[in-house]
Parts: sequence; structure tokens; C-alpha cells
Amino acid sequence: MQSLQDLWFGFGVAFQGTNLMWSFFGVLVGNLIGVLPGMGALSAISILLPLTYAMHPVPAILMLAGIFYGSQYGGAIGAILLNLPSHPPHAVTCLDGYPMTKAGKGGTALGITMICSFFAASVGILVMVFASPLLTEIAFKFGPTEIFSIMLLGLLAGSTMSRGSPLKGVAMTLFGLLCGVVGTDVNTGSFRFSFGVPELSDGLELVAIAMGLFGVADFLLNVNRMKVITANTSLRIRDMRPSWAELKEAFWPMVRGTGVGTLFGAMPGTGPTITTFVAYALERKISKTPDKFGTGMIAGVAGPEASAHSKTQVDFIPTMSLGIPGDAVMALILGALLIQGIQPGPQLITDHPDIFWGLIASFWIGNVILMVLNVPMIGVWVKLLQVPYRYLFPSAMFFIAVGVFSTQNNLFQIWEVLAFGLIGALLMALDFSVAPIMLGFVLGPMVEENFRRALLLSRGDMSIFVTRPISGTFIVLSALLLAGVTWSAWRGKKRGKPQESVADEVLASAHVVPPKQVGQGV
Amino acid sequence: MKSPSHFKKDYYGGALMVLIGLAAIYASVQYRLGTLAHMGPGFFPCAVGALLVVTGVLIAASARAETAPSGPAVGHAHGMPDMRGAICIILGVLAFLLFGEYLGLLPATFAIVFISALGDRSNTWLQALLLSLAMMAIATVVFWWALQLQLPLFKWGA
Repeated sequence: MQSLQDLWFGFGVAFQGTNLMWSFFGVLVGNLIGVLPGMGALSAISILLPLTYAMHPVPAILMLAGIFYGSQYGGAIGAILLNLPSHPPHAVTCLDGYPMTKAGKGGTALGITMICSFFAASVGILVMVFASPLLTEIAFKFGPTEIFSIMLLGLLAGSTMSRGSPLKGVAMTLFGLLCGVVGTDVNTGSFRFSFGVPELSDGLELVAIAMGLFGVADFLLNVNRMKVITANTSLRIRDMRPSWAELKEAFWPMVRGTGVGTLFGAMPGTGPTITTFVAYALERKISKTPDKFGTGMIAGVAGPEASAHSKTQVDFIPTMSLGIPGDAVMALILGALLIQGIQPGPQLITDHPDIFWGLIASFWIGNVILMVLNVPMIGVWVKLLQVPYRYLFPSAMFFIAVGVFSTQNNLFQIWEVLAFGLIGALLMALDFSVAPIMLGFVLGPMVEENFRRALLLSRGDMSIFVTRPISGTFIVLSALLLAGVTWSAWRGKKRGKPQESVADEVLASAHVVPPKQVGQGV
Repeated sequence: MKSPSHFKKDYYGGALMVLIGLAAIYASVQYRLGTLAHMGPGFFPCAVGALLVVTGVLIAASARAETAPSGPAVGHAHGMPDMRGAICIILGVLAFLLFGEYLGLLPATFAIVFISALGDRSNTWLQALLLSLAMMAIATVVFWWALQLQLPLFKWGA
């Protein structure tokens, strides 16, 4: 098996001293930031992204991946113990996780989460090992036409299947595409939308946009609005071990959740929030006692958490092998790769096997680190959860300012942060979800280039997108997606109920109004 | 109770998108548009701008049609931000820019942390001061010494 050999090589890369150290550091810091109230994976990655600029690409990407799943797990802790989802996908974990805490079983819920995330991540990694080379083979047949079509599908899925109104998601993606246009046009070399500012000729800074949208904008809206946390939770390691009966109860939801996550991860553009909501809805539908959901069902924790983690892993497949990120977090990681001078795509696996297979192997190691780390550290995390927001956001503002400065040693980027903070706050106040902007921004230049190249090849004939079979399939899928979204919006309106999104519908049907959320993301 | 505000929000939101789209079209027409086969730098932004205008119109149009109260909103921070907090955060960033340019890292650190901390209504002057001092220590040890940030601790003038 070629794949297994490659994986073995990957383990060799991941176990190298520096790589292992950075992976561990990423998991630790990601977990730490993920636990802090109001900080999710997006803020964690954007704050630490500047650190990686000076690093070798392999440890850089291993660290970022570690931050990602570390912060994701950290978010679950806040959701279960304090009913505080700092990362939107954990909103459903709150529904049953927090009642379990209130019933004195918070430790068990955390233990179950840990087991589920490890199981799901392992399955996701296996899928990655075997599916990526296959996908790469197909991807080699892709020309600019196909790449444009699949990106179109990804962008459409990303904007319509996230939270909130699909139309607004599309608007935000388009806005992101416009932001990506700023700077020098690659084909002609002319400056666009630079408003005469020389610093803008290189385009907008990825980190500045991310920190503005996901950091400053959140602080602007949440300052003096956050509820004060007064929970007094004390947890011991002993509490985290679930009983045999509880494990049995969690097993099938865990397997089903993993399946849902894997399926959604393979589809470019579907965010993790929708995945966890679907997993939760599935558990409720299958359960013999659907009324008991929301009162502390183990299945309601196991299913969504497993789906979130397998999705996280599988998400790396389209990101790495096609260069199409599944959500805003993946877009950030893709941006980090581009900054390192590495173009994700079918060539990545052959050109940089150390990155690809090292990353896969480091996932496994990272997930083990995550397990080992969280058992003794749980007491520390609980303490961290209680850091008051009034200390947190001024410190975070400082980290953002210094972090953005360090990307190019230039104060100009801080202006961008401020601008995007204000734009983000305005858009969020108008009920827009800002995460698709990130997707549009990162994909924008690639979409434009492939669009131009495809039409150059066809001498301006638009029908090339439909007549080439692979590209045509993606276009048809995009059209079906659009039709489906429009139809469900129209049907929703007919019932006299505004169509929010599937996710909100699930929540509504669960009769639970979620607590006010902090993080913004798909 | 939510319906009027929801209605208005979508209306303004749609209008904003139309405005941004129109601005993008206006700006990109000044660059060369080119033909489909040989696109100039203005073609793509112009197309995206046009799509944004259409989407904006649709958002505003569906806002008019929707009158029923919306379901539970997930993840959106509703309503106006707290003015004192928001203004302090913005001032803090501006102060960081000013002090970073003319005075160096430590004054800039102090300014951004202290001013933003005062934005929270429950922080006292003393707490804000202590927090800024702690952050100044972190700035010195982590960023200036360990990470070699290219910004001197103190300087005078640009």
C-alpha cells in the first residue's frame, strides 16, 4: 500500500523534534485560547498566525493545525461547563452538555467528548489517508474551467449553507471577493482599488482582516454586554471517566456523528456549525426518547462533538488537495500556506510530501497530545474559564495590535484591522454573518484567475463551463443548490415563517433558545 | 416585537450591499474592462459588483415581504453596541498607532490596554492600570526580547 508507506514517512516527519514541539505548542495554546470566554478557533489562529511567518512551512502548518483542533476542543469545555459556546458549532453541545453539568455529570460529558473527538478524528484521518490520493488523481484532470466551477460550488455552499439568511451569506461572499481584488492585478500589473495608498498595492493583509472581523468586531459589539460568569465548577480527574453504561450509550451516536462529519467534510463549503446541527437533529430523530433531548442526553453530546471533529479532519482534504477551503478556518490555514509560498492543490502531495503526510501524522499525534493534556489540565481550564471579560478584551486588543504589526513590521496594517473591525461590527449589527467574507477573500484571486484563464482558452465562449463534463457537473450541482435554497426559502415564507437556516430550524424545533453567543463563524 | 427591527435591518443591509456594489462598478469601469476573451483588470470586480447589487436588491425585497417574527437568532450580536466601550476600543487602537509611531512599544502597549480597559464599565482605574502594567511586562519579555519585535521599547519622534 503506497498510502501506508507515505503515512509512515509522515510519522517520521511529525516525530522530528522541532515539528513535534511546535505541534504540542499549537495544541496547548489552541486549547488555552479556545477555553477563554469569547475566543474561538478563528481568533486563536488569527492571533498566532504572525508567529508562523518566520517559521519553516512544515512546523508552521503543524502548529496551526494543532491550534485549530486544540481550540475546538477547548470550546467544548466552555460549552459544557458554563453554557457558553465560544465557537458556534458548540451551540448544540450546550443543549445537552450544560444540563449534564447541572446534574453533576459535567466531568462525564467532558470525558465522553474527549473519547468521541479522538475516535472521530481517527476515522477522519483514515479517510484522509485513503481518499486524498484518489482525489488528487481526479484533480490532476482539472483545468482552469473545472477549478472555477468547483470554486463556484464551494463558495455557493459556503455562503448558503452556513447560518443566517442564504442571501446575506451570498452578499458577504461577494463582498469578500471584492476585498480580494484590492491590490495589483496579476495579469496586467495595474493597481486596483488601492485608493492611492501605496501600502495597499500588495492587497489587504489576511491577518488584519481576520482579526478585525473575528476579534475587534466582536469586542465592539460585546463590551459591557457579556453576561458575568459566576459558575463555580470544580472538577477532578476522577470525574471524567464515564461509566461502562454511559460509554455504551454514547457509542452509536458517536459512530453516526462521525459519519455525518465525514460526509459533510467531503463537501466543500459546508461549515462545521451546520454539521453539528445535523448530527444533533439526527440523534433526536433516531432516539426512542426524543423529548428527553435538552435535559442532558449523552447522545446529544456525543453525536455533535464526534461530527465536529471528523469534519475538522476531513475538511483538510479539499483544502490541501484541491485548494478549496471548507470554511473560514480552513481559508485562514490556506492563506497561511500561500504566505509560505506553497500552493495547495493536486501538486501539493507530490511536491511537498513532508507537509501533507507530516500533517496527517501530526493529527494523530496531536489528538493523543490533546487527550493526555486535558486529563491533568482540566482544573486549570476551569480556572481559565472564569477569566473576566473585562480583563480579557483589553489584553486581546494588545495581542491583536502587536500581532498585526509583526506581520510586516508596519503600523499600516493596524488601520486595516480597525477598518475591518468597524465594517464587521456594522455588518453583524445588520444580521450578516461575517465568516463568508474570509472565504471570498482567500478564494477571490484564484477564482478570478481561473475564470480569466478559462475564458481566454475558450476565446470568450461562456458555454465552456457547461460543456466540459466535470465542470458541467459542478455547475449543475451549484444550480441545484441555488434552486434548493430558493425553494426552501419560498416554502418557509409561505408558512409565514422567515427562513433563517436549517441550523436555526433545528434549534427552534428543540425549543431551546441558545445563550447569546460570542464568537462569529460558520 | 422583533419584526419591525428585523424588517429595517434587512432593508438597510440590502441598501448597503447595493451601495457597495455600485461603488465597485463605478471604480472598476475606470480600469479597462476588456472583452470576455481578453478581460481587463476591471472586468471581474465589475461583475462581482453587479452581482452584489442584485443580491442587495433581493435582500431588501425579501425584507419587505417578511413581517413575521424571526426565530431564535444564533450567533448574531443584536442591537447597538455599548457606546462607551466601543469608543474606548477605537480610541485605544488609534492611541496605539500614534504612540507606536512616535514613542515606542511600551507607551503604545500601555495606551491600548489602559484605554480599552476603561471602556468596560465595571473596571476601576486601578484595575486598568494594573492590567496595562502586566501587559507591558508581557510586551517586553515575550515580544521585544523573545520574538524580537521590530519596534523599540522607547523612542522619540518618527
